[in-house]
Amino acid sequence: MADLSINFAGIKSPNPFWLASAPPTNSGYQIMKAFEAGWGGAVWKTLGVPVINVSSRYGSVNYRDTKMMGFNNIELITDRPLADNLREIEEVKKYFPDHAVIASLMVESRSEWQQIIKDVENAGADGIELNFGCPHGMCERGMGSAVGQEPTVLKTIVEWVKEAANIPVITKLTPNISEIVDPGLAAYQGGSDALSLINTIKSIVGIDLDTYAPLPVVDGKGTNGGYCGPAVKPIAMNMIKDLAQHPEISKIPISGIGGIETWRDVVEFILLGATSVQVCTAVMHYGFGIVREMEAGLRQFMDDKGYETIYDFAGKALPNITEWKHLNLKHKVIAEINTNKCVGCELCYIACDDGAHQAIALSNDLTNRIPSIIEENCVGCNLCSLVCPVEDCISMVQKDDGKQNVTWEERTLADDVPTTFNDDRAGGKGHFVPKPTDALK
Amino acid sequence: MAEYKRPTSEAEFKKNFKQKKTLMNDTEAHYESSRCLFCYDAPCIQACPTHIDIPLFIKQIQTNNIAGSAKTIFDSNWLGNACGVVCPTGVLCEGACVYNHQDVPPIQIGRLQNYATNKLIEAKTTIFSPGKSNGKKIAIIGAGPAGIATACELRTLGYEVAIFEAKEKPSGLTVYGIAPYKITNEEVLKEVEYLQDQLGFTINYNSPITSKDQLKKLEKDYHAIFIGVGLGITATLKLEGEEKKGVIGAVEFIEELRMHHHKIKVPNKVVVIGGGNTAMDAASEAARMGARKTVLAYRKSKEQMGAYGFEYDLAISAGVDSLFNATPIAIVGKTKVEGVKFAKTEIVNGILETNMNNVFIVKCDMVIKATGQAKQGSLYELIDQLNIDSQTRIAVDKESFQTSNPKYFAGGDAVNGGAEVVNAAFEGKMAAKGIHNWLSK
Repeated sequence: MADLSINFAGIKSPNPFWLASAPPTNSGYQIMKAFEAGWGGAVWKTLGVPVINVSSRYGSVNYRDTKMMGFNNIELITDRPLADNLREIEEVKKYFPDHAVIASLMVESRSEWQQIIKDVENAGADGIELNFGCPHGMCERGMGSAVGQEPTVLKTIVEWVKEAANIPVITKLTPNISEIVDPGLAAYQGGSDALSLINTIKSIVGIDLDTYAPLPVVDGKGTNGGYCGPAVKPIAMNMIKDLAQHPEISKIPISGIGGIETWRDVVEFILLGATSVQVCTAVMHYGFGIVREMEAGLRQFMDDKGYETIYDFAGKALPNITEWKHLNLKHKVIAEINTNKCVGCELCYIACDDGAHQAIALSNDLTNRIPSIIEENCVGCNLCSLVCPVEDCISMVQKDDGKQNVTWEERTLADDVPTTFNDDRAGGKGHFVPKPTDALK
Repeated sequence: MAEYKRPTSEAEFKKNFKQKKTLMNDTEAHYESSRCLFCYDAPCIQACPTHIDIPLFIKQIQTNNIAGSAKTIFDSNWLGNACGVVCPTGVLCEGACVYNHQDVPPIQIGRLQNYATNKLIEAKTTIFSPGKSNGKKIAIIGAGPAGIATACELRTLGYEVAIFEAKEKPSGLTVYGIAPYKITNEEVLKEVEYLQDQLGFTINYNSPITSKDQLKKLEKDYHAIFIGVGLGITATLKLEGEEKKGVIGAVEFIEELRMHHHKIKVPNKVVVIGGGNTAMDAASEAARMGARKTVLAYRKSKEQMGAYGFEYDLAISAGVDSLFNATPIAIVGKTKVEGVKFAKTEIVNGILETNMNNVFIVKCDMVIKATGQAKQGSLYELIDQLNIDSQTRIAVDKESFQTSNPKYFAGGDAVNGGAEVVNAAFEGKMAAKGIHNWLSK
């Protein structure tokens, strides 16, 4: 039986499933309910300076029949009195001494930081998370993402915190920057014990077509929100990879955040080097019970692969994520359609013909609508297999013998960079590009 | 034993004739429309006799452009609302849906079509306007689906249109001949009213065209005439005793039922003769009207019936018994029907033969003949140079629907010998284009 427990920069937790600092961690009631449901830790909704929230706070992106594929909010940090939160932290820790309770904090001055750290330590918090990510409202007051976007300021505040803190410090980063390594490195150099990312992405999730106001609408007006949910997962994973592959930053653990909803998401984040994961949107959508599926799936995966702890496979995908110049130019795959499964929707045909490389032909046989691959034109782009609505109908089959491996970098070093356009997959041997006027037939 | 209690009120009638394809609600339409794959060169479009751009109208429902969706439907089929529920979609669009090939339920195209058009009809939303008047006038004989479709199309082309209808309601068999569990009278009439309100064609009710003088006047007053008279009364079987009280044609029976609902009296034992869809409807209706025993008798085998399998299944599920390979040879009884004398049949050397040594009587109080309708031959004889084919159908050009008398065009059952509402709607539209092309020469 797999052991799911973790020791994250000194913060112990029975499993890697933490609630992210957000509405689900607004109160002791919610967090106790979450721990009862199976969550291993919770990052308390950010404590800090007094705020006033607006009414109408969330917006979402629905995709066809899927609600909340993307989600955004314009809610601020906690609006509950600090004393109430501290008292509830203490109470939660009394009931759940082995679970991780992490206090997310956001204040301005050095003295405020050092005071609030003392407060949460006294309340029994197991760790601190510095909210340098919130991209709406608080940043206008010089906090949140305003800090995360300025590595030198970020580093200074981490140093203030580390002067005072006796418990582990996690720095939460904003994705609203061009290079995640810059704030990541600043946090590391400032002495942060760990990193967490991503916070939400600046977003407008929609415009009301009658009032022309952005969603969510507050009395006819709106503002950018912070975007999260399943839609942001690919962005989060890329940023985590950047930090986990960095020679220095990778010395401290990473808590992965961004669109995590299923056990597959959890495993993927761990394979990229995260050793705890934080979840918000999935809980706001389905409630705390969603953790059952994550835990069962993670255990199944670990048992199937023979892993005893999550450290056995953390970061295992990192060696395979490289730069384009290291990819094998000799590798060749082409699409293959399983004629027994094809339903004849012809989406592969039209996607390839209009959107890719004109490598699929319609059926000549009047009795069926099964398209065929024009092998000499297939560049192995995968598009047809991505649009195909049938499970395992179009597969990409390796056609090279696997013996040759030549990369762009190798060709560059060998002074073998092409001087003419001679790629076989772009109108070279056998491969053809239809004439422009063929479109008018 | 029949399953239905004899209806004694409108409410009980409605219960026994519950709509098979109920109106979708917004949520159902949202989820169902999201399933459409938007196939290339979609098989459903090819399967629709009017070639509605089905993927487009479904996508328009999904994006909440309901008016656009309804316009897409009506642009191809002026009776789009009725056809959504009365079409045999299982053998047309839905039968062609690619999902069937992977045993996924096909998209409920008919109900989605009905949903979109019904919304506009209920809201009386204007989406059409008559074309600029071209000063030409067209007469239409018959306000059935073919006539209505011709009228609508001609109005958009700027013609003045007058319809002459023998009965007191429009839409022909859609209101007089479709089984009541497929569509209600109100829904049929609302669609015609909706179209008439926007396009402004005249319908003269109780105005049968039966004399040469009337035709001469139409020829003088109008630039072209469209014949959409459908079929006539149930043809005689030339059976001994056929004139007895209690013997009725299926078309006449269904018309009575549709007009008078629970007020008509169906006796305890009913024999329905025939193997087509009308026979299935009549049998199912007799059972739903509370007949204790309804026998469907067909002279050939079950496999040779012309009816769709689902129509037969529907009759059986209503409690109808079936009798195959039996042909009626006489109606027995004193003045009133007391039974039908049948002889067994068999196929000998590929020819259906009646075995007069195997004769039996099925007792009953009513006989419904669903053995085909007579053609409107008496009208055709009044029109000069009108060619009629060997099956007494009006011969027309396949593209223009022009008859051998160039001033006359025709479509619907009078031309196709008896098909679906959707076929009549298509032919009417085509004939209108034919008229326009002819008059534009």
